[in-house]
Amino acid sequence: MIAKLVLENLKHKPMRSLLSFLLIGVPVTLILTLVGLSHGMLADAERRARGSGADIIVRGSNTQAGLSGGSATLPEKFLEFFAMQPHVKYVTGVVQHNIELPLTINGIDLEQFNQMSGGLQYLQGGPFRGPYDVIIDRYYADQKKKHAGDTIELINRPWHVSGVVEGGQLAHILVPLQTLQRLDSATGRLTQINLKLDNPANTDLVIAALKKQLPAYTIWSIREMATALEESVNQQGLNEFIGVIIGIGVVIGFAVVCLSMYMAVLQRTREIGILKSLGGSKIFILQIVWAEALLLGLGGTAFGILMSYGARWAIVTLKPASFQVEIVYYWWPIAAAITLVGASLGALYPGLSAARHDPIEALAYE
Amino acid sequence: MSDGRDIIEVHDLQKIYRVGKVEVPALRGVDLTVTAGEFLSIIGPSGSGKSTLFHIIGGLTPPTSGRVLVDGRELAAMSDGDRTRLRRRTVGFVFQKFNLLPNLTARDNIAVARHIAGMDRKSNPQFEEILRLLGIASRLDHKPSALSGGEQQRVAIARAIVNHPAILLADEPTGNLDTENSKAVLEILRDLNDRLGQTVLMITHNPEAASYGHHTVHMRDGRITERI
Repeated sequence: MIAKLVLENLKHKPMRSLLSFLLIGVPVTLILTLVGLSHGMLADAERRARGSGADIIVRGSNTQAGLSGGSATLPEKFLEFFAMQPHVKYVTGVVQHNIELPLTINGIDLEQFNQMSGGLQYLQGGPFRGPYDVIIDRYYADQKKKHAGDTIELINRPWHVSGVVEGGQLAHILVPLQTLQRLDSATGRLTQINLKLDNPANTDLVIAALKKQLPAYTIWSIREMATALEESVNQQGLNEFIGVIIGIGVVIGFAVVCLSMYMAVLQRTREIGILKSLGGSKIFILQIVWAEALLLGLGGTAFGILMSYGARWAIVTLKPASFQVEIVYYWWPIAAAITLVGASLGALYPGLSAARHDPIEALAYE
Repeated sequence: MSDGRDIIEVHDLQKIYRVGKVEVPALRGVDLTVTAGEFLSIIGPSGSGKSTLFHIIGGLTPPTSGRVLVDGRELAAMSDGDRTRLRRRTVGFVFQKFNLLPNLTARDNIAVARHIAGMDRKSNPQFEEILRLLGIASRLDHKPSALSGGEQQRVAIARAIVNHPAILLADEPTGNLDTENSKAVLEILRDLNDRLGQTVLMITHNPEAASYGHHTVHMRDGRITERI
């Protein structure tokens, strides 16, 4: 019966219900989009690292240097050293140059890279033909509305798009290694060295051997790199940021439900009096207000989830290369719980206020 | 229809409302006895204390002093929770403004009363007979806004008696109705009293409406002045 009363109340004021759903849904969308963005970006970085064909990645001398692009600290002579190590089949060096966050330009030796990765899959055009040629993936091509043969501006100079490739291989933007080394004044140095082994099962063995010889360098398997990326992102305050958004979500849920239910209780003062005259207890009245608040919270969560699909569509349509957003299903119940906590708290004051109404005064309310 | 048992006993009942720092006496020593199965009309001008007496007997507000026994239970000693329980099963209210829940159908308005009283939602054959008697069986799936005043008041009567209360309290039940509907509602109340032995207390301004009761009590200035 309470469910029927609550549903009829919500149906009776559809605009109020709709606005409440919408307002409660906004923080749910924020939370889900933010979580989806962090998951999507990390998954994309891992996918591109795996797509490079490497089993092991060698970077600079500490974790931060290892994760950030642009710091070319590895001597290029290391390529020969790594090529001589047992189980190492292919070696290739990469220079990274940060452009608009989180995008990087990656300088590669295309021949070595093709050997390691199995080759780029061209959708348009083909390999580099000159020093200022650039290969972009379809995501970056979509983002910048560019095709093979077009010119794009990167690092304050024009580049000729020699090819557009399927994504998921190392980076969204690839240029000749030597060109980028020269532009970055990093001739003879590399940001990263990728190693492909004769058998991926030897990864741990090779890493252990390399770490003995090069203890000061960061040497990771692809799996370790993904974990390190995740930890790095968390250390940069993402978890705290999500925590703040969750806090805002609870506060907005509380405020919207409190205001909405307070207005509803005022509008239904006479109805509360009727229920009391029928013998409705304080708990019964509180249950009605609380159930309505929870329903608003659940509706708001559903709205928020729907809007998170919209936000994802907008982000991947506008910036397909820069931002990847995943729908993280296991966060749906978490977002619902956050909203319901806010809604429950918001229902407390109007609910208690309704429960305390004097039945005679409530019945006389016009 | 009376079985001779006193279902309501009121002795020296006083009720004082406090408005700011001013005390306003609404009842100044009321004595009243109602036997089970009686149809009693209470008549008097505005401010005579009729409604206050009603609210106290119905457990909507506690007395300031005096003794009130309803179906053998002393109201003065009751807590707010006890009075709430009294309203569920022992008394049923019919109001001048019908007081139906506007968002629910007539059927659900009646079902709410059963739900609050902790009773099965399905009504029994006897109650179905009462619905036919009230002439609203075909109107149960309509919301109050789709019902006439007379129909709304009949639904309110159905809701008031659905839990078989010992006492039906009707506060100006014809106050918002035209003559034809007023007559119909009064006849329903008398019929319920005749057929089911339902104890009825009815407040009215109208002497003609009061004449439907077995007895009439006149009130003025918070006191009972006459019982006919």
